[in-house]
Amino acid sequence: MTATLIWILVVLVAVGVYLSWTAGRLDRLHVRMDAARAALDAQLLRRASVAQELATSGVLDPAASIVLYEAAHAARQAEEEQREVAESELSQALRAVFGEAAQVEAVREAPGGDAAARELAEAVRRVPMARRFHNDAVGAARRLREHRKVRWFRLAGHAPFPLAFEMDDEPPAALVERVS
Amino acid sequence: MRIGIVCPYSWDVPGGVQFHVRDLAEYFLRLGHHVSVLAPADDDTPLPPYVVSAGRAVPVPYNGSVARLNFGFLSAARVRRWLHEGAFDVVHIHEPTSPSLGLLTCWAASGPIVATFHTSNPRSRAMIAAYAILQAALEKISARIAVSEYARRTLVEHLGGDAVVIPNGVDVDFFAKAEPRPEWQGGTIGFIGRIDEPRKGLPVLMRALPRILAARPETRLLVAGRGDEEAAVADLPEELRPRVEFLGMISDQDKARLLRSVDLYVAPNTGGESFGIILVEAMSAGAPVLASDLDAFVQVLDQGGAGEVFANEDADALAEAAVRLLGDPARLAELRARGSAHVRRFDWSTVGADILSVYETVTAGAAAVATDERTTGLRARFGLARD
Repeated sequence: MTATLIWILVVLVAVGVYLSWTAGRLDRLHVRMDAARAALDAQLLRRASVAQELATSGVLDPAASIVLYEAAHAARQAEEEQREVAESELSQALRAVFGEAAQVEAVREAPGGDAAARELAEAVRRVPMARRFHNDAVGAARRLREHRKVRWFRLAGHAPFPLAFEMDDEPPAALVERVS
Repeated sequence: MRIGIVCPYSWDVPGGVQFHVRDLAEYFLRLGHHVSVLAPADDDTPLPPYVVSAGRAVPVPYNGSVARLNFGFLSAARVRRWLHEGAFDVVHIHEPTSPSLGLLTCWAASGPIVATFHTSNPRSRAMIAAYAILQAALEKISARIAVSEYARRTLVEHLGGDAVVIPNGVDVDFFAKAEPRPEWQGGTIGFIGRIDEPRKGLPVLMRALPRILAARPETRLLVAGRGDEEAAVADLPEELRPRVEFLGMISDQDKARLLRSVDLYVAPNTGGESFGIILVEAMSAGAPVLASDLDAFVQVLDQGGAGEVFANEDADALAEAAVRLLGDPARLAELRARGSAHVRRFDWSTVGADILSVYETVTAGAAAVATDERTTGLRARFGLARD
């Protein structure tokens, strides 16, 4: 009798430790996801800021300036639900404006243009990176959260179900191309 | 930035991953970052000042061959001490799935972790059995880097998740500025790699050689690499053997000079390659490249734009392509020019900047790396661990 009780106790403790470990794992994934989301926000904001700066600097022709300004402004002001669409439109606008190598050259030749072009090139390269890291973290968290043990014991608490950030982040080819 | 890099393979054994880690560390040091590399090494090996030894790697049978790995209580303690003393902003683990330092670090650290997946081995049985443990360790990685699109694909299929592709780096100018050696010039084909490792493909080249020599008798084959030289030419007719020269193990300097000298570099590898650094080195030196059509190779060669490919393991196709190229100086010159232009994207200045971008992306808004108290076991869980 006592032996059975001890065994039940041992099993309960083992299950408890395992669940606590899983909860710790889940917590860590949420932390990682939040950090990745913050990094993605920072990169998107940076890209929109540089784009807006270029649009108002006068180095681009008026039509290109308006297109770029409009898209960058919309991306910065977008509500959470509209964000993916607005950021994708900024990617498209950037591709339209900087599709030609000649346009990139023209920006580089303007005073201060070289630094701006470099900053924009860096920003459009880092957005896909940050997005991939974010979605990777989201995927890992979702896989764990869909597991039985997490659902049955409600280990995730009230944390919202993780959502991937889907957008068109293809950078303008002429901007990221590296020629020696 | 304070950067910790973990190399899972012995520092005293030359290998692709070790060279990559060394060059990466030196690139960051030149930029003024603080870098510490944790690597297995024998106690008496002289180490550069930035390398911290994690102790001797133990040879154990793993995955079909004898691997030298670090594991166990002592190694884990060294990893924890290194993490604790380093106070890194980011830790960069190479080959995190090998049951060695990489996995131990993943297990012991918390905070921004970047990992590079070099090999694209299909999932082994051990990995399937240990999947739950592995997954718990791997999901701590904030950013994954694959060395090629091919390596990324295998990673996505076997482990889930995603990765950014950043190729391996090469010091392009080191190869581009090497001095050619006259005795290695004039109708020469180059091959660099282990002679007795069938995956490196020397047997395929040896089967193709009689046909190449029949069409162009003045051709010489220069082979650099370790292995049994007599066994390598055993299937070759007696009178053709003098056309093959074995150079043995050569220094980095001589490797660059060899690649600068040859008329054609042939990479007949039959599989197991996830990147193909030797092709990048050959292109850096301006050697026209003829390679087997492995996924990784085709990608490094810009879908065939920067070098020619032949059907894998097809000696006749290799011979046909080699004869055609050797008889067409204009095409060789074109390949030299295209290769040299294409290879700039693999230079450390580009690759290093990309890796630094990854570091900056994951450290933005995250705390520094610390030892993970949750994984030390029961004592730590209840706050009883001593530090």
